[in-house]
Amino acid sequence: MLEVINTGLDISGKTLLTDISFTISPGEFVAICGPNGAGKSSLVRLLCGELSPTRGQVRWDGKALSDWNLLQLARQRALMQQRGEVGFDYTALEIILLGRHPHHQGAAREVDSLIAEAALLEVDATHLAHQIYSTLSGGEQARVQMARVLAQIWETTINPRLLLLDEPTAALDPRQQHRILGIARKWANKGDVAVVAIVHDLNLAAQYADRIALLRDGKLQAMDRVEAVMTPAAVEACFDLPCVLLKHPDGGTPMIAARRNH
Amino acid sequence: MSSVSTIPLPLKARRSIHARSKILLLLGLVLLLIIVLAAGTGAVHIPPLQVIKLLATPPFSAGWQDIPQEYRQQAMVLWNIRLPRLGLGVLTGVTLAVSGAAMQALLRNPLAEPSLVGVSGGAALFASLAIVLGGSWMLALQESIGEFALPIFAFIGSLLVTILIFIISTRQGRTSIALMLLAGIAIGSLCGALIGLMTFMASDLQMRSLNFWSLGSLGAATWPMVGMVACLGGLAVIVLLKQASALNTLALGEVQASLLGVSVRKLNQICIACIALAVGAVVSVTGIIGFIGLVAPHLVRLAVGPDQRVVMPACGLVGAILVLLSDLLARTIAVPTEIPVGIITALLGVPFFLALLFRMRRKIGL
Repeated sequence: MLEVINTGLDISGKTLLTDISFTISPGEFVAICGPNGAGKSSLVRLLCGELSPTRGQVRWDGKALSDWNLLQLARQRALMQQRGEVGFDYTALEIILLGRHPHHQGAAREVDSLIAEAALLEVDATHLAHQIYSTLSGGEQARVQMARVLAQIWETTINPRLLLLDEPTAALDPRQQHRILGIARKWANKGDVAVVAIVHDLNLAAQYADRIALLRDGKLQAMDRVEAVMTPAAVEACFDLPCVLLKHPDGGTPMIAARRNH
Repeated sequence: MSSVSTIPLPLKARRSIHARSKILLLLGLVLLLIIVLAAGTGAVHIPPLQVIKLLATPPFSAGWQDIPQEYRQQAMVLWNIRLPRLGLGVLTGVTLAVSGAAMQALLRNPLAEPSLVGVSGGAALFASLAIVLGGSWMLALQESIGEFALPIFAFIGSLLVTILIFIISTRQGRTSIALMLLAGIAIGSLCGALIGLMTFMASDLQMRSLNFWSLGSLGAATWPMVGMVACLGGLAVIVLLKQASALNTLALGEVQASLLGVSVRKLNQICIACIALAVGAVVSVTGIIGFIGLVAPHLVRLAVGPDQRVVMPACGLVGAILVLLSDLLARTIAVPTEIPVGIITALLGVPFFLALLFRMRRKIGL
């Protein structure tokens, strides 16, 4: 279980997050939404352990992140970042194999190569295996990065697992967006994986997530099941955007449509 | 769920592991061949087969006494002059190339050089200080530790300057490699200015010694010297090679590397310490031999891709090959004198560097 307890974050005197508390269980997919500068990325940086909270605590599997052994945590928690830039001409498969580092820390074993290849298959991109990563399109790079984080936490025997996605759908076309979130959903369904993703598009989030967290000015404004959060009132309060509620004709997922700005 | 056994991929990732040992073996053989050829080339010519025969009978072995009189001179030249020089050449090449590869991985920049950590500047500065201002005090030191006096002084200088640059770029235990680069440029210029001042104050005789420093040469090789470089440089290179997999993860950026369980802070510090130690030891003995740390990793990456676990050991061998070939050229091109090897590596390295820039220029669409 991922527990965030009265957590706050200051960076060089500026308060980025205030008094945030929530828990996320394995098997759950939570989408973090909010306007630009709300502190979404800062929150994810706290959740992955890159930053330590100024106040409060972030706990994973019953232990504060700061008490975790770096390597052990790396085998259970992976973060896909927005811009996955890579130095040097690594191939896609080599990039994915880097995700296996915490499991071997030296020479990749046969099993690591197999997992890297399976991860590439998982994101349906085996044809990219031997292409140079930096020459791939944005959508292809996102899939390779997705495969890399999946390879990092591939083993079902090392659990619970935490998959963090920082705007995985940014700069992707609609088909790729659905593809990536579909994979995230599939992994949450495995039962021992907690998935947290920053998603800009509320409607996209509503289609794949179990719960949505609305963040504004560093504060958690709402965090609840999709149906409870996707209301014109809640969305307007978070984004300052007048909107109406619709229902997806296919499945009935709530959708939000903004009113025209005069 | 996805069973991992039935993947229809050409398994190149696994093949590359086998390719690795093949490449290392091939490069090792080429290096041995060059050693045998270079050992036989010079004022006293020794045919390759004779080199191998003499190699089998080192001076401390029982067979040494049985070497026929007509081959005595060849044996002496081989064991006392050629081999230490070749040994120093191999160590220089391996050290500079592996340090270069590590430096490039740390900075995520293919144009980084090991000298960026200030090692060369520091060594050259202290060497010139010792040569010009040392006076009677330096002579006394030379009397007690002989040929080691200058190298040890230079080595201390290389470490001091690296530590200074390191302190400037480190705060609360975190080292910014980018800051280190800038601090290195600043302190490097300062060293350059002070060396200039020393040159200005130097007598003609001191000038000759100073020249040795700026040009680089393997001429000072003796067995004790090779032993010293082998201990310091060898140890540091082994530690650097062990970081190969961790250095690979840095390609994803420092954040991802640390999320993959790599202590980036420690990795930075270990690598910088090893580079300073290894390159410092080499530069103290040979003076500045440029471009090997840049050229060797590049050649290897062009051939086998960027995986540090292949690049680092392979470029060590390539570095040794390049230094030995340059030195061979340096001492045969203008017989009976010899050209400082640093001039040769620069003459070969600069066009290579420019070719690289042009390649990058095309890549970024300029």
